[in-house]
Amino acid sequence: MFNKAGRKIPSFIDGIGPLVPYREKAANGQYKNTERSKDRQHNPSRDKVMGSIEQVIEAIGLKDGMTISFHHHFRNGDYIVNMVMDVIAKMGIRDLTVAASSLTDIHAPLVKHIQSGVVRRIETSGLRGELAHAYSCGMFDIPVIINSHGGRARAIASGECPIDVAFLGVPSCDPYGNANGYSRGDDAASACGSLGYAKVDAQHAKNVVLITDNLVSYPNVPFGIPESQVDYVVVVDCIGDPKGIVSGATRYTSNPKELLIARHAADVIGASGYFYDGFSMQTGSGGASLATTRFLREKMLAANVKASFALGGITQQIVDLHEEGLIHRLLDVQSFDLRAVESLKNNRFHHQIDAEYYASPDNAGCAAHQLDVVVLSALEIDLEFNVNVITGSDGMIRGASGGHCDTAAGAAVSIIVAPLIRGRMPSILDRVNTIITPGHTVDVLVTDQGIAVNPLRQDLLNNLKSAKLPVVSIEELKERANRVVGHPEPIKWADKVVGVVKYRDGAVIDVIRQVK
Amino acid sequence: MKIKQTSIAGTLESSDISIAVEDNDGRGIEIELVSTVENQFGGQIRKVIRETLEGLGVKDVLVRANDKGALDCTIQARVKTAVGRAVDGNLRPWEEK
Repeated sequence: MFNKAGRKIPSFIDGIGPLVPYREKAANGQYKNTERSKDRQHNPSRDKVMGSIEQVIEAIGLKDGMTISFHHHFRNGDYIVNMVMDVIAKMGIRDLTVAASSLTDIHAPLVKHIQSGVVRRIETSGLRGELAHAYSCGMFDIPVIINSHGGRARAIASGECPIDVAFLGVPSCDPYGNANGYSRGDDAASACGSLGYAKVDAQHAKNVVLITDNLVSYPNVPFGIPESQVDYVVVVDCIGDPKGIVSGATRYTSNPKELLIARHAADVIGASGYFYDGFSMQTGSGGASLATTRFLREKMLAANVKASFALGGITQQIVDLHEEGLIHRLLDVQSFDLRAVESLKNNRFHHQIDAEYYASPDNAGCAAHQLDVVVLSALEIDLEFNVNVITGSDGMIRGASGGHCDTAAGAAVSIIVAPLIRGRMPSILDRVNTIITPGHTVDVLVTDQGIAVNPLRQDLLNNLKSAKLPVVSIEELKERANRVVGHPEPIKWADKVVGVVKYRDGAVIDVIRQVK
Repeated sequence: MKIKQTSIAGTLESSDISIAVEDNDGRGIEIELVSTVENQFGGQIRKVIRETLEGLGVKDVLVRANDKGALDCTIQARVKTAVGRAVDGNLRPWEEK
């Protein structure tokens, strides 16, 4: 058989199978259309840049009952979710599942979209404000599903959570769809740093729509999202409020209680047995957790110990240590402040990673499983070391699962930092109101009034005791708190389930009920 | 112990409680409480306010309490001070042995 190039080729080869002969002008992209060469900036086969969100939705054919997704890199400055949902509502599309990486106060308008039937249900890592309040008060029929960051990435990558359309706000983007959370070429007005959560959606969603307010020339390198994953680009006036996207500088706590906790936490790391040259670490946001980094720095300098990498939400505190040469590599799934954004842009070894690489429990290897030490905050912890970071002491949803359970499970030493008492509320309860992170993955509790070690970790207990740290049982810490504040009455729950908390493997670890 | 004038003690700072007292014209002790920890400690706060008033011998009083998570000892102190400012004479129960 002769192909269209005039070469004689067999139609079948043993061991390989049937061969497809080359056919000129047959398939899209195989023949060169010289008349359209000048159009290359706009894609030879298809123009990716669309005039409006409405046009994109029509082109994709978004239908009732589909699943759409968003990322939360713009935090409380995000305009994308509300912008897109308003268009969808106007177009009359209904019964959508919104699978956001997280939601917060600014997303209150979702309440009306659920009430009107545009949104059927929501999956997220966290929620706050009016939306959270509405769920907790039992306003909606279908409960919200709470995923961890690693659990969400796993569900999307495995196909358990198929996304029909991902609407991803991007601070810089070229006409082909190479996008990033910052721009090397100019200063992106809405810079957010890493696009770690959005990268998972871009890779796996059936349709990927990028929404930007900063269209730059091709090719936009370095990029966090490559053009090969992008179907459409829409340019809008503004994708977010810079003030809500990143704080200029993370405030360094002056609260003596938090400083005391931070110093204890650094002491615990130093004595844990996992503080060695080349160790790895992650710190959460939250005053005490951030301050731990500063105390740890002194220990690292004194002992001449350097960290191989820091993971997770990257903050100014971590960047400072990196630039000082104390942390060799930064793996950044989310940049928490302007310093982190600048560092990702300028520092060679500050590297952007996606949420699956960060913390998915199912893939061939995630960075969270390489951690030696993680320092995490908690709203409540109980006598079995279970941790709650999602419901407040009044039972209302007001937080986020985040990477809490992922890193607690992955790190060799997981340290929870919390004041023994907040206002009048004790942090240690008989049972936490909602379990986000199971106790068997939590190793040490550090409070302002003492340190408790999970009995499962006798090795750590011995190490901390040898270092003469103030170690007591968690029961004793709880008793101390109750002597001061008394015993709070339990929250009165109704029967209705308003939230389903999934562990990182997708199994349900707890449910959240309506508050009476 | 008769409430002669409206008075107030305490602040709205975290872990404090603001206590305002006024005469209640023979209707006994009434407490209007707003608290950040109403669900967990509302009963306990009311009990401490009532017991402190009874300990001072106050029979007719309207208490408006705005609690920001105060401990029992703080609640007692603010109630005693508010009452001390509301009655005739020099009520300083904390100076008694």
